[in-house]
Amino acid sequence: MSTPSDLSTLIFGRLTLDQLPLHVPIVLATFAVVAIAGIALLGVITYYRLWGYLWREWFTSIDHKKIGIMYIVLGLVMLLRGFADALMMRAQQAISFGHSLGYLPPEHYNQIFTAHGVIMIFFVAMPLITGLMNFVMPLQIGARDVAFPFLNNFSFWMTVSGAVLVMLSLFVGEFARTGWLAYPPLSDIVASPDAGVDYYIWALQIAGVGTLLSGINLLTTIIKMRAPGMTLMRMPIFTWTALCTNVLIVAAFPVLTAVLALLALDRYVGTNFFTTVLGGNAMMYVNLIWIWGHPEVYILILPCFGIYSEVTSTFCRKRLFGYASMVYATVVITVLSYLVWLHHFFTMGSGASVNSFFGITTMIISIPTGAKIFNWLFTMYRGRIRLEVPMLWTIGFMLTFVIGGMTGVLLAVPPADFSLHNSLFLIAHFHNVIIGGVVFGLFAGINYWFPKAFGFRLDPFWGKCSFWFWLVGFWVAFMPLYQLGMMGVTRRLSHFENSSLQVWFVIAAFGAFLILLGIVSMLIQFWVSFRRREALRDVTGDPWDGRTLEWSTSSPPPQYNFAFTPLVHGQEAWWEMKRHGYRRPVTGFVPLHMPKNTGAGVILAGLSLVFGFAMIWYMWPLAAISFVALLATAIGHTFNYLRDYHLPAAEVARVEAARTALLDSHV
Amino acid sequence: MAVVVPLAGCQAVLLSPSGDLALRQRDLIIISTLLMLIIIVPVIVLTLLFAWRYRASNQNAVYDPDWDHSTRLELLIWAAPLLIIIALGALTWVSTHKLDPFRPLDRLAADRPIPTDARPLVIDVVALDWKWLFIYPEQGIATVNEVAAPVDRPIRFHITATSVMNSFFIPAVAGQIYAMPGMETKLQAVVNQPGEFEGFSANFSGDGFNGMHFVFHGMSDDAFTQWVQQAKSGGQALGRSTYLKLAQPSENEPVARYATVAAGLFDDIVTNCVQSNPYCMGRMPSAELGQSVAANFCAAPAPQYRRTSRSANGADHVHPL
Repeated sequence: MSTPSDLSTLIFGRLTLDQLPLHVPIVLATFAVVAIAGIALLGVITYYRLWGYLWREWFTSIDHKKIGIMYIVLGLVMLLRGFADALMMRAQQAISFGHSLGYLPPEHYNQIFTAHGVIMIFFVAMPLITGLMNFVMPLQIGARDVAFPFLNNFSFWMTVSGAVLVMLSLFVGEFARTGWLAYPPLSDIVASPDAGVDYYIWALQIAGVGTLLSGINLLTTIIKMRAPGMTLMRMPIFTWTALCTNVLIVAAFPVLTAVLALLALDRYVGTNFFTTVLGGNAMMYVNLIWIWGHPEVYILILPCFGIYSEVTSTFCRKRLFGYASMVYATVVITVLSYLVWLHHFFTMGSGASVNSFFGITTMIISIPTGAKIFNWLFTMYRGRIRLEVPMLWTIGFMLTFVIGGMTGVLLAVPPADFSLHNSLFLIAHFHNVIIGGVVFGLFAGINYWFPKAFGFRLDPFWGKCSFWFWLVGFWVAFMPLYQLGMMGVTRRLSHFENSSLQVWFVIAAFGAFLILLGIVSMLIQFWVSFRRREALRDVTGDPWDGRTLEWSTSSPPPQYNFAFTPLVHGQEAWWEMKRHGYRRPVTGFVPLHMPKNTGAGVILAGLSLVFGFAMIWYMWPLAAISFVALLATAIGHTFNYLRDYHLPAAEVARVEAARTALLDSHV
Repeated sequence: MAVVVPLAGCQAVLLSPSGDLALRQRDLIIISTLLMLIIIVPVIVLTLLFAWRYRASNQNAVYDPDWDHSTRLELLIWAAPLLIIIALGALTWVSTHKLDPFRPLDRLAADRPIPTDARPLVIDVVALDWKWLFIYPEQGIATVNEVAAPVDRPIRFHITATSVMNSFFIPAVAGQIYAMPGMETKLQAVVNQPGEFEGFSANFSGDGFNGMHFVFHGMSDDAFTQWVQQAKSGGQALGRSTYLKLAQPSENEPVARYATVAAGLFDDIVTNCVQSNPYCMGRMPSAELGQSVAANFCAAPAPQYRRTSRSANGADHVHPL
């Protein structure tokens, strides 16, 4: 390529045609597939004239249920990307021995494991968790929406912008090659001069704004908007875990924002926060990022503990054993999650007393976690267990997670960690808790609440296929990694000399293939369920004989959730309403105060995306323009006073009458 | 391609190590796992048992839909893990102090105390992009991607890095410790069996990371003396300019040996003073900048990161038990 002129440098910064992957066949092929699929999708939407519908009913929607569903769609789409990365890594490690270098050169492989970690945590697990909290929690507390409906829509689109940036890095330039936490000095401008780390920084900063705002939003919702009678100790466990998770988000994400801002300053303006020889200290980065990073683990797992609690109690047809102890366990975990971060780097050389302190606090977390497991166990005891798909995921979780917990406590013993740190044993451990804990929980939750969201249940046959492929696939994929860790194999290698290791990697690759079948089964499950939706229809709104308020309204719920705010008299509000012969009110409807849709969230997030992209490529004029536009739009939006309306009583009456007719027709 | 011999101890090296420190870490892994299995096994068995026994189709099983509390059970489910964690916590506190990599060894092996006249063999370790440099101050030699030590002699590794962070790890001999630029970490270890053991960086450090491994030779005293002689007779000199050339990024470096080493090279690497430059931490031009840096590295809370004047046995980082 010719040297870019001054003008093109001014406009395009350091972005040149060289940054397009025209010379990398794998990426080019991926790009072709993504482009064709994307154009096809856009074509279908255009052909069926769905743009207006999508824009009015979904993109600009401030309905927490629709935003929740959009979060989950985002999470599932990104799961496909993150899992494709996983398959590529497993394939590379299964063949790259001795003279065979595999098919991925290190600079490509290193991007893949970085992207895999970033995508799976920030753009799969987080959106799925946030989506479920968004959809379920307001229904569980009998609220009409979240506290700040517009903010909710804005948060979602900021998360999308972050995800788009990560996806863009696949085709324009490259992603970071530093590992998912981008430790300096490897991530500083000297060791990583290209745009990869900047993609990382800006994707996470933009998505981080969304996460933080959504945390504030959901926290406020739980604190301020519970139905009358729902005291804290009457909240459903899922809502309790959502409360604790959002406390963690609000307290932890600013730390991530700050540490990434410091890294950005080091990279952009030449500060030396993390440059040891110039008075900074890279260890500060490692500490700060884990002060966010460890609570992040609990941000992901706590809502899943909530899901398991709801599922266990519902499918065992039994009150949850030890509600109070479950709540206290959750709160204790929330507090303790801030006191353990150093266990991620015992090997950095803190003294023995510091290391043992953090090792022991880590072990203490296993006490409330153990109590939770026992509570689920004793909820099953003397229950009537229906082995439906959500319950299968829960039992699979209990059997899998305890092993992950055990290896976690083992890693918390500092001298053991000196041998196991950064090994494939560690990789096996955290996949054991994240897949066995978070992913299983999310799938339990999706299968459990799907009928509430769409009005028909998911097909159980394909659900069970998905469950068994995932469960078996997980064990086949990760047990070899425990073994390899014991054999002293470290993480993030793309090539091995010792061919005696190969058999274990081949087994692990086969396990990943089984998990692929699990994912495919889930996609088939969605398709088959959609085709069979009439047979799977839920007319009652309460397909599982549920116990919490979300099951008291219709499936899918009306936009206002509840025509009358329910009154809560106990821990299992809906269960007790059913027991006491609750009659649905059919008259006396009043106009309902509702928030209005707005496109501001999409526009703001779009401008943020442009700003992030411009900053990554040093396109200073574009960055300045988009930033000014961002501020102007945000300020302009504050002058929009047309944010709410009243849904007429007649409309409420019409919707409720339709439901009455439906219920009567199926008695 | 660097040659790494398929090593004898390769099958689950962590479970059959060759150095006392790694062996004690192995024992700890096994004891902790057994302790936890006391809880884990019953939970797994009960989960399967309850799921089967109380399945909906088994109408003979007791069904007690409102039973949701039992103080005795609650006590048990909090107390049982608590007891295990108390035991494990005590074990952790003691073992973390005893096996602290900075702490001088207290024994050569289970039944063999340190001889009173034993002097640790000092090996300075530098993680470069992407190879390992080992400097033997006592012997006056240096090697790349190969390191040797006599069996049953305490070894004191002083570890640093030049550009990015790595982790110095010989699984058969001892646990790992990070190698960080501008800082110095330590590892005190011993190898109890002769043999060739794999060593590598256990912290991802960039594109050449794959090739960042070396061989650790456990040798008899005679063989070690001979090995040192070989380096002395065969190798070139490691002066500052040779070092600077070596420090340039390169991948899959072959083994190299140096007959002599420039005086004070390791200290200068730690303090960024190999080349004269304004950022050399030993000789700061600006008093103010010097102070701030010194505060970072010499302050009391983290003494281990900076070599100060040491007592002969290196006992600068010992915590009383």
